[in-house]
Amino acid sequence: MIAFLLRRIATFVATLAIASVVIFAALELLPGDPAQIMLGIDAPPDALEALQKKLGVDRPMVERYFTWIGGLVVGDMGESFTYVMPVSELIMTRLGVTLPLALLAALISVAIGVPVGLYAAANHKTPRDYGVMIFGQLGIAIPNFWFAILLVLVFSIYLGWFPAGGFPGWSAGFWPAIKALILPAFSLAIVEAAIFARISRSAVLDVLREDFVRTARAKGLSRKSTLVKHVLRNAMIPIITICGLELSSLLVGTIVIEQVFNIPGLGRLVFQSLTQLDLMVVKNLIMLLVALVVFINLVVDLLYAVIDPRLKHQGH
Amino acid sequence: MSTFLKNARMHRSLMIGGVLTLLLLSVAVLSLFWTPWSPTAIDIANKLKGPSAKHWLGTDHLGRDVLSMLMSGSQISIIVGFLAVSVGLLVGVALGALASTYRGWVEELIMRMSDFSIAFPIIITAVLLTAILGPGTVNSILAIGIFNIPIFARITRGAANAAWAREYVMAAQTCGKGRLRITIEHVLPNISGALIVQATILFAVAILAEAALSFLGLGTQPPEPSWGKMLNNAQTFVGLAPHLAIFPGLAIALSVLGLNLIGDGLRDVLDPKLARAR
Repeated sequence: MIAFLLRRIATFVATLAIASVVIFAALELLPGDPAQIMLGIDAPPDALEALQKKLGVDRPMVERYFTWIGGLVVGDMGESFTYVMPVSELIMTRLGVTLPLALLAALISVAIGVPVGLYAAANHKTPRDYGVMIFGQLGIAIPNFWFAILLVLVFSIYLGWFPAGGFPGWSAGFWPAIKALILPAFSLAIVEAAIFARISRSAVLDVLREDFVRTARAKGLSRKSTLVKHVLRNAMIPIITICGLELSSLLVGTIVIEQVFNIPGLGRLVFQSLTQLDLMVVKNLIMLLVALVVFINLVVDLLYAVIDPRLKHQGH
Repeated sequence: MSTFLKNARMHRSLMIGGVLTLLLLSVAVLSLFWTPWSPTAIDIANKLKGPSAKHWLGTDHLGRDVLSMLMSGSQISIIVGFLAVSVGLLVGVALGALASTYRGWVEELIMRMSDFSIAFPIIITAVLLTAILGPGTVNSILAIGIFNIPIFARITRGAANAAWAREYVMAAQTCGKGRLRITIEHVLPNISGALIVQATILFAVAILAEAALSFLGLGTQPPEPSWGKMLNNAQTFVGLAPHLAIFPGLAIALSVLGLNLIGDGLRDVLDPKLARAR
């Protein structure tokens, strides 16, 4: 178990290290002087020189890379030149919107998807099961940003129940803030719910075919208690794995959905900094998103090892 | 082959998927020669009109014909989907086959590389590419293609490793054939079914991703019509002209649904063992 843990953490660190090199090198590929790109062609020479100095373009590439990484380790991401504030501060504020949104969406999708999948499996090969499968197929075929627009059309424009976009900030109170996040969360959640329903259904069906289920039934356990006591517990392993992995796709999904609803989270920051060529923000933001995705994968793997005792002894 | 066709005909999702996909392809081909109106012709006097006999699916905020734009937009979806899957298929299968042919450190290296790629989801790669190249269709193809490579590599390696344990491969080995030659002559043809299924499903993923990237303004640029871009424009006018938001989304959803159904159906037909288990 300890060997597995250490190896997994080593992979995590190595992945981050390689990712940072890829991101750094990719942005170094930009032709021309980054300070010039960021400020535009007709920038005043003294401002240009100041930014060049701040970015350290005169220093060698390797040195700049390690300065960046050194800064990241202590939480210093440099300064955004469009927002004139530390990038880390900027990102933390935005993360306070994106993370709750992703978590809310995860919660909704699990709450819908898993029970629906279990229901389908319990009614295998009946019209109810086929109904769920059709929902699953439609769910994964519908683009979440389209679903978002339809939700706005129905619940904001026609019914007027929820705001069509924007975010009042947490300072406006818990309920107004959550209210602004409900439609975005649902648009993210519906696709994931369809995936969860499919996964949960097939996980349960897989377990139902196991010998121990037949044994449980043979020793006289009712269908229902077999399902609850034996099947569900075993089916949870793949379900939790997929839920964890989908959390990272929810996080990435917020980038799209925040655009639809005009929500000032990380996703909007990505596009604002991209159009303004605020490279310091782009670089650190991509690094952060990559780190979050890799971190979620690490947690899922570790969780998996805890749940599935078979893995503890194999080590890999 | 005849049993394949017989199974295929009996398979409902394969049939529905086939019809939807055939429709998509025919629309794209037709739009090369004919659309009801020019998809780029601006007619401000007739902007934001709902569906009518003149404009079957209405007009957008510049008075362009929505049906014509949808028809031409299918071209971009198919081109991006095809090229992105091809990139993934060519590079991914080559890597996966190499890993399974030579095992040892080659396999270890390739598989660690494919683990690493988890760190770069399509949108993040596209953002990075846009920062370097500026937005455009090439971005979409590259971002989705790069995303597909490790998926194909993993599937190929898994299926190929299973094939290497089979009798026909052992027979080929006893005949003294080299490992690479066995991979090309025996292993790859035998795992082609799994690869076709995966390619179909990733084609669907590519259409969704292309739409998302054009929606975000990272992919295909105007005036080239694309479904994602149409939805982006529709968003501003959704209260005034809901038809603008409804039709492009339907086009995306039906295309993706069609390909996914074909993928699922093919898996059942090409792999009867799995089909029975499901």
